[in-house]
Amino acid sequence: MSSQAELDNSELDRVIRSEYEAGFTTLVESDTLPPGLNEDVIRVISAKKDEPEWLLEWRLEAYRHWQTMQEPDWAHVSYPPVDLNAISYYSAPKSMEDRPQSLDEVDPELLDTYKKLGIPLHEQEMLAGVAVDAVFDSVSVGTTFKAKLAEAGVIFCSISEAVQEHPELVRKYLGSVVPKGDNYFAGLNSAVFTDGSFVYIPKGVRCPMELSTYFRINEANTGQFERTLIVADEGSYVSYLEGCTAPQRDENQLHAAVVELVALPGAEIKYSTVQNWYPGDKDGKGGIYNFVTKRGVAHDHAKISWTQVETGSAITWKYPSVVLRGDHSVGEFYSVALTRHAQQADTGTKMIHLGRNTKSTIVSKGISAGKSSNAYRGLVRMGPRAENARNFTQCDSLLLGDRCGAHTFPYIESKHPSATIEHEATTSRVSDDQLFLCRQRGIEPEKAISMIVNGFCKEVFKELPMEFAVEAGKLLEVSLEGAVG
Amino acid sequence: MLEIRDLHASVAGQPILKGLNLTVKPGEVHAIMGPNGSGKSTLANVLAGRDNYEITGGEALFDGKSLADMEPEDRARLGLFLAFQYPVEIPGVSNMEFLKAALEATRAAQGKEEWDSVTLLRKAREACKQVDLDAQFLKRGVNEGFSGGEKKRNEIMQMMLMEPKLALLDETDSGLDIDALQTVAKGVNSLRSPERGIVLVTHYQRLLDYIVPDYVHVLSGGKIIKSGGKELALELEQHGYGWLTGGQNGGNDKEDQTA
Repeated sequence: MSSQAELDNSELDRVIRSEYEAGFTTLVESDTLPPGLNEDVIRVISAKKDEPEWLLEWRLEAYRHWQTMQEPDWAHVSYPPVDLNAISYYSAPKSMEDRPQSLDEVDPELLDTYKKLGIPLHEQEMLAGVAVDAVFDSVSVGTTFKAKLAEAGVIFCSISEAVQEHPELVRKYLGSVVPKGDNYFAGLNSAVFTDGSFVYIPKGVRCPMELSTYFRINEANTGQFERTLIVADEGSYVSYLEGCTAPQRDENQLHAAVVELVALPGAEIKYSTVQNWYPGDKDGKGGIYNFVTKRGVAHDHAKISWTQVETGSAITWKYPSVVLRGDHSVGEFYSVALTRHAQQADTGTKMIHLGRNTKSTIVSKGISAGKSSNAYRGLVRMGPRAENARNFTQCDSLLLGDRCGAHTFPYIESKHPSATIEHEATTSRVSDDQLFLCRQRGIEPEKAISMIVNGFCKEVFKELPMEFAVEAGKLLEVSLEGAVG
Repeated sequence: MLEIRDLHASVAGQPILKGLNLTVKPGEVHAIMGPNGSGKSTLANVLAGRDNYEITGGEALFDGKSLADMEPEDRARLGLFLAFQYPVEIPGVSNMEFLKAALEATRAAQGKEEWDSVTLLRKAREACKQVDLDAQFLKRGVNEGFSGGEKKRNEIMQMMLMEPKLALLDETDSGLDIDALQTVAKGVNSLRSPERGIVLVTHYQRLLDYIVPDYVHVLSGGKIIKSGGKELALELEQHGYGWLTGGQNGGNDKEDQTA
């Protein structure tokens, strides 16, 4: 993604100006498509990735359907229209030679943030996209780790690789949870997705380690249309960690990813996200528009748990959902969304109860500072077959200062008389009394605020894997700097 | 260590303290008594630096430094501790985490050696024991779901760990039953030392049965109207505040609104 941004202007001009017939040649040279979207662009993407015919057809169907769709406008956010024809839909990762050769060439401000987050040096290098030698630490880590997974029969690779190596799995499950015509942004993603992750856990296997996108960081220049597909076969377990806790300085504005989770009978998928894309400056200039569709299907006795900590992006539009298709299936959603400056977040979840004795839990913590706006939007639907289905929802909002806003939009639909739905919501401020207690004990106001906010989020943080929880706490601390006074 | 001269202070613009004088030397225990609304809690909060409690005249010196323009956290780092009348809850922040942050911030500033986690935990457990709090309370959120008595004991537990130079106790006895009162008093008495000053703000004499003060002051209408030894408290018990304030309670009710 940043590869495109950092192309120097003359080269970019050249690419933009090139005629389409010549475009293909240019493509080979620079590996970046001219901006704009049409069927030919999709054909080029597909050809470039050497995809089978069925996938190209799938993309084209998605594209044709998408053209009939409207961008949604119901969310509690406002932004100027995104010019989808100004975006280039394919840009290959930078070659090693183009990347910064050492940390000395990386923006010091970025490094400063890494330092505050306590990210180890070699990870800093990976995050900043520094070219790493083939024998470098991270690579060997990657190798040992791949061997261990292979032993367990776990498949963890990029989705492009999966299309080549495991086409039967991809074909069976791709779009099975989020259909290609599901919504405007998912439709766009289906047409033009360039890469993402693929995970398959075989029957009865407990994945021997937490799968983290950290390990794939070198491949992470996958563009703004990521596609992730995770399939946990019967009785298996996997914990997947997504995202990184460092800011991504990225000039691309739109990020429209799709994540699909399939938990077959008795399987459990735990999906944790820490999202800290560039939020724009304090006046709301720049930043990522994060329009993501995340959904999982839980079959009989299966469990899907989403945990997210969202501190970045100028706009977040995201509702990780669980379709509780099977009897006795369980869905969980734990979320912390922090907005500051002029950030806008409209986030929440959908729990669709179809099976009997299904159970869902929603815990959402929204924190607003500055002049930001933070909305929780959640749907709990009990279908006509959802006997004894239960949901518990707790939505808490914390306000810092008096220029920010918090909103809750719960939607509840029940078509079964035996279903139980509980909803609790609170809005509070960091009180002067709390702050004074901390200060009277010698604690500085900034540290006090961060401690109070962390305490507010504790119920969610304890759902995160240990290391992630520590980073999430630190991230909040860094994000809250300057939020007082 | 504490020198208050002709102190005038207002709360949210309303004058409450009107020319108060008080000197506390190391090793002394002073009791400030007075009817509701006389300005007792205001004094404690002004000294600790709560927002909206403003010094408008005179001066308050702590170890020779003027408190007027000092941030509350800096006063704490100099060794000034306030045990709150209404301790507030901080959900999700464990007592232990809170203590650690408080001790890290103050001990370094006071040139005391840093306590490692093991030492801190040991000391905290000892302090809990002294005030009859189960060590489980260290893991719970600060005052979260504590009963009134548990909150007060939690304040004393914090005070014991923070080893302040000057301890201000704002109506620590209010709402305590007799057993809890004795426990709290035991904790405070264990802190009596030749280096430490203690100021007890209280409405009732009964606390002073257990913590025997060196001096008793009666506050009324924002001033100290009478000072004496511990026997003054007993006289007040017998005659009521009307004995000194001429039948009126001498207060201006403001304190109750802001306490």
